[in-house]
Amino acid sequence: MAAQDSPGEGRLVADDFDDEHGAFLTVERVEGADDGPLAGATVAVKDNISTDGVRTTCGSAMLADYVPPYDATVVERLKDAGATIVGKTNMDEFGMGTTTETSAFGPTDNPAAPGRVPGGSSGGSAAAVAAGQADYALGSDTGGSIRCPAAFCGVVGIKPTYGLVSRYGLVAYANSLEQIGPIARDVAGAAAVLDAIAGPDERDATTRHDTREDLAEAYGGQHPADATAYADAADGDVEGLSVGVVTDLVEGADEAVVERFESALDDLRAAGATTHEVSLPSVETAVQAYYVIAMSEASSNLARFDGVRYGQSGGYEGDWNETFAKAREEGFGEEVKRRILLGTYALSAGYHDKYYKQAQDARAWLKQDFDEAFEDADVLASPTMPVPPFELGESLDDPLQMYLADANTVPVNLANLPAISVPAGETDRGPVGLQLVGPAFGEETIIRAGSALE
Amino acid sequence: MTDTDAVDPEEVRHVAGLARVDLDEEEVERFAEQFGDILAYFDALDDVPETDREADLANVFRADEVHEGLTQDEALQNAPESEDGRFKGPRVG
Repeated sequence: MAAQDSPGEGRLVADDFDDEHGAFLTVERVEGADDGPLAGATVAVKDNISTDGVRTTCGSAMLADYVPPYDATVVERLKDAGATIVGKTNMDEFGMGTTTETSAFGPTDNPAAPGRVPGGSSGGSAAAVAAGQADYALGSDTGGSIRCPAAFCGVVGIKPTYGLVSRYGLVAYANSLEQIGPIARDVAGAAAVLDAIAGPDERDATTRHDTREDLAEAYGGQHPADATAYADAADGDVEGLSVGVVTDLVEGADEAVVERFESALDDLRAAGATTHEVSLPSVETAVQAYYVIAMSEASSNLARFDGVRYGQSGGYEGDWNETFAKAREEGFGEEVKRRILLGTYALSAGYHDKYYKQAQDARAWLKQDFDEAFEDADVLASPTMPVPPFELGESLDDPLQMYLADANTVPVNLANLPAISVPAGETDRGPVGLQLVGPAFGEETIIRAGSALE
Repeated sequence: MTDTDAVDPEEVRHVAGLARVDLDEEEVERFAEQFGDILAYFDALDDVPETDREADLANVFRADEVHEGLTQDEALQNAPESEDGRFKGPRVG
């Protein structure tokens, strides 16, 4: 298998640990509390989520030796809930990719479709769960990075509403878009992990939604995460549920994918849900808006990697700018450089209004379209990915083609909504996922609907 | 989208300078070609209609209180070079 042929240098995985798909970058066990709702469960953590004393590389040579001195809030909460962390998983460098092939440590193979990519950027996390190396995994989703690998590996992934889960300790790529979320073999498992990690965090102002009166009112005076037990919502009861099928996201999809998708919709209808067609004209510019915003935020976020406080050093020949530029030439892979440069370009004088400002307009348009769609639908459905898993190496040469593969997932991040990807069957090229999108803080509804497909 | 949209290599070098990322010549050539296609694709944003942006914002500042942070050793532990409890960097200009 390709992952074995090119495992990449620098993985810290013991010889006697069976990692035939190359899902892990570092294998290290960290025991959690003795009891709790996740006692006895094992969790693999994406390598851009900080773990106290355990190397966190973001899949980058820049951070090959970086060891955080603290835990991310989500990791702390998992340990408090009794979970055991089993290691750090492979990923596209800094979360920038759809295949887990841009990792500086080599690609991961797809356990559900050997020889094909596991999806990205949380490909190692999805592969670890699919291969049974961990009960659960954490991923991060900036434009689909939890849902895409969940779909390609035949497992469940949840991208929470922006603000539900703390981002403290997540190495930032695009702050306004990314959320940490769970990957599991079934919907109830993913929901149980979400129960453990969701909720306000005083160290992350983007989770302080408990102070918002409108939200507190809607959830009986409580933060949505405290008002609900997500795992209890996985009861498969979709009687009377109204499902809007987003036609714009079905039309361009691969034939075999659409077949599996339609068959899953039949299952939902058989269980008592009703479906109707919905058109969201704004999704036509979602990919463009997503990449302009994500790249712009990345160009600013990744400025911290200067080889002085942390990161690979460029040495001390020359002044700060020269040393900095040299460290970044050596430490960053090509996709990361591409996005930093395009982001810098989009924000530079003369182009800001043309790209960045218009992308924000497109984002507002999308939000408006989603709001209108939710007037008549409880959830919106589409294929998670328009295509089955790519073959390893198939897509690396054409970045634009790769960006287009994210068409179905990025609208959700731009609108800050929750979404789940659940397995919808197999094609001869690998698994297909069905995506269900909910209104803000509507996690219960998408979990309930997703569980009806199991 | 066609190859005629290619961005001038000089422009790629200029942006790389702004972003403080050195590139080798091959990367400059490759990026110049790819950026043309990608930026042409972004032109679709010109067709986005004007939308009212309802700013639904709430002040979420917490109380300004002193909390325990990283120790000096912890803050320095990932620095490639340090001296006398400080980060050591190249000269500034």
